[in-house]
Amino acid sequence: MSALHETMPAPVAASYPASEVTTDLALHCQDLALSRDGERFCFSFDLYPGELLVLVGPSGAGKSTLLDLLGGFITADSGALLWQQQPLQSLPPAERPFTTLFQSHNLFDHLSVQQNIGLGVRPDLRLSAGQWQQVSAAAERLGLSELISRLPTQLSGGQQQRVALARSLVRQRPFLLLDEPFSALDPALRHEMLKEVQQLAHQQQIGILLISHHPEEARQVADRIALLQEGEIRFCGAVSELDNATNNDMARYLGRRS
Amino acid sequence: MNPPLVHKAWWLSGAVALLLLGVCGLGPLLALLHEGGLGAAPLWQDAYLRHVVQFSVLQAGLSTLLSLGLAIPVARALHRRHFPGRGLLLRLFGISLVLPVIIALFGLVAVHGQQGWLPRLLASAGIQTGSYLYGLGGILLAHLFFNMPLAARWLLFALEAVPAENWRLASQLGMKSGALWRLLEWPALRGQLAPLASLIFVLCFSSFTTVMALGGGPGATTLEVAVYQALRFDFELDTAAQLALWHLLLCGAALALHHQLAAPTPGQQHRSLRASRPDTRHWLGLGIDCFWLSLALLLFIPPLLAIVSSGLKPQLWQALTSRQLWASLLTSLQIGLGASLLACALSLGLLFSSRHLRQRLGRPHAATLLESSGSLILLIPTAVLSTGLFILLLPVADVFGLGFWLVMLLNGLACLPYTVRTLQPALQQAVVRYDRLAMSLGLQGWSRWRYLEWPLLRDALGRAMALAAIFSLGDLGAVAMFGSDELQTLPWLLFQQLGSYRLDDAAATALLLLLLCTGLLWLVERGFGDPR
Repeated sequence: MSALHETMPAPVAASYPASEVTTDLALHCQDLALSRDGERFCFSFDLYPGELLVLVGPSGAGKSTLLDLLGGFITADSGALLWQQQPLQSLPPAERPFTTLFQSHNLFDHLSVQQNIGLGVRPDLRLSAGQWQQVSAAAERLGLSELISRLPTQLSGGQQQRVALARSLVRQRPFLLLDEPFSALDPALRHEMLKEVQQLAHQQQIGILLISHHPEEARQVADRIALLQEGEIRFCGAVSELDNATNNDMARYLGRRS
Repeated sequence: MNPPLVHKAWWLSGAVALLLLGVCGLGPLLALLHEGGLGAAPLWQDAYLRHVVQFSVLQAGLSTLLSLGLAIPVARALHRRHFPGRGLLLRLFGISLVLPVIIALFGLVAVHGQQGWLPRLLASAGIQTGSYLYGLGGILLAHLFFNMPLAARWLLFALEAVPAENWRLASQLGMKSGALWRLLEWPALRGQLAPLASLIFVLCFSSFTTVMALGGGPGATTLEVAVYQALRFDFELDTAAQLALWHLLLCGAALALHHQLAAPTPGQQHRSLRASRPDTRHWLGLGIDCFWLSLALLLFIPPLLAIVSSGLKPQLWQALTSRQLWASLLTSLQIGLGASLLACALSLGLLFSSRHLRQRLGRPHAATLLESSGSLILLIPTAVLSTGLFILLLPVADVFGLGFWLVMLLNGLACLPYTVRTLQPALQQAVVRYDRLAMSLGLQGWSRWRYLEWPLLRDALGRAMALAAIFSLGDLGAVAMFGSDELQTLPWLLFQQLGSYRLDDAAATALLLLLLCTGLLWLVERGFGDPR
């Protein structure tokens, strides 16, 4: 799987309403730049449908800034963000082809599990019977059927993130951005969730960008790995780099950790 | 920070609210200054003006000193002693903050007035006290009644913020009472004294109802009351304009000082472990604490008892049949509802814009400035606002016919600081916690309101409305300008009844007002349905 990007194109992503069928289904991020508080960020990378790209790097390197830029929560100063030859930068967050899972607060604590998932179908929650069916199916797929009428505060941390994953399923966006959403879970549960995410990528052909603090995680599930340092992506390539670092930055990053 | 590509009209609500505040605040002030002219004699040449300024500063300064002087030993005693009824006393101290001034004045008159409990008690023991409730003495007594509990609670919380470990350490080191005071208590209190003193000074300096009821003569009047008298009785616009300017200047300076000194308010500690102080055993300390606590109780409790006990008299039922009373109640309720709706609408307008500035644009100072614009209107005496409005509206409308609406408007503006402070956290939370999530899901307009803002806001909105209603129900400042036989509110009725010593009628009015306010306060504390 590590050479997935070389074997593109992959099948069309689930059922996102693509305007026209094109051969290039990857997300292209080209010199997407931003200066803030005296720091400069500049990001270039590609993300392909069906792959799990794990992004590692020291804290403060700009990992969350990158996700905010992609998600449209802040806007870039320059550069390009392209998908299916369409620039995404002028689109508001909800119209971009991404679903983001944040570290916390992924759910509205005052709405039930069912409502929280349903918001992914329509933000005004006026769902048809068929759409509610869709919600139930997503809940079932993630093992949440019993919990559907509970409030998030009545769930464990792992269950809460499952609800958020279920919602990302019904949103049917071709890309999923994960900002260390499992970092608060204990190791066994974290591993289980990561496997779940990996399955999503491969079965549903969703392109996933996962931010992680643990290179170990990357080794377990990643198809490719990227290193972010000082506001730039210094390396992007095979997972084997973790065991046998040829890139200087990567070697230094791993060396500092051990 | 670069903002996201949504929320394009974020500035609109704030701009509308700001515009309304400007028109209703600056408009009347400028109108009065224009009519009154500024060429009149400056402060040091006008004996009356000088006297009024001196008295305002004197009474506020003395009130501050006395309140703090009593509050420090009381807070210390409350921290050192845990006795039955302590929790109730602290709750009562808290209630005194929202108790309408005019009700408390009724209690003070019932205890300290010429026919009050204390003078009669002393007279039966052969001591003639004369009337001490009117003039400077009475004003100080009333200000002490209001501000000592405020200060004592504040300082007690500061003491409770000292970590329990520090007290254990002190026990182990064998510190005595004096050392504890020097090394633990004074450092904990010191930082709070300056902001507390400046707050009490501002409150007493611009105190209107107390001074009007207990002072009022030319000998004992403050700037705010003098403005009112110049306008309502003499219609001397130039005198009023001068007094108002001085009030604005001095009050503004005191408020600016307060903001300079402002320290984070100590919150109540929810600590299961009670601080175990090493100095609770000594008989001398016990004697001192008993003395200060008794003094505080003797000052604070009898007026409260007087309000309640007057409600148990048989004459009450007769007074309750007064049609005037129920008509005033209806007017008060209508004005209270209108004022709280207005205050909440304006607050939401300001806050929707300010939270965008703070959270999405990363400009906290601009946000704070916008939020505090609601408080600035308090700098302008209500009498100035009402007279300015009067002057502005005179050419275009029947001003006395509009009294009802003007009182509502002025009450609504005056409670803005409270509603802004109550609503601010809920609105901020909606953005801090859920903004990115809402944006990524495309929650906008009605959906955003229905599923995000409203559930988080509901509780705070209910509390803000109740607080604003409590304020408006007890306010005398605005209705004192426009009150007449046609426009009677409960505080205005109570003021007149107190002025003419109809204490039985006053008891019924005070009781009704008290029930309304405590009912609303109960709603505030109980909440309006927890969002979670």
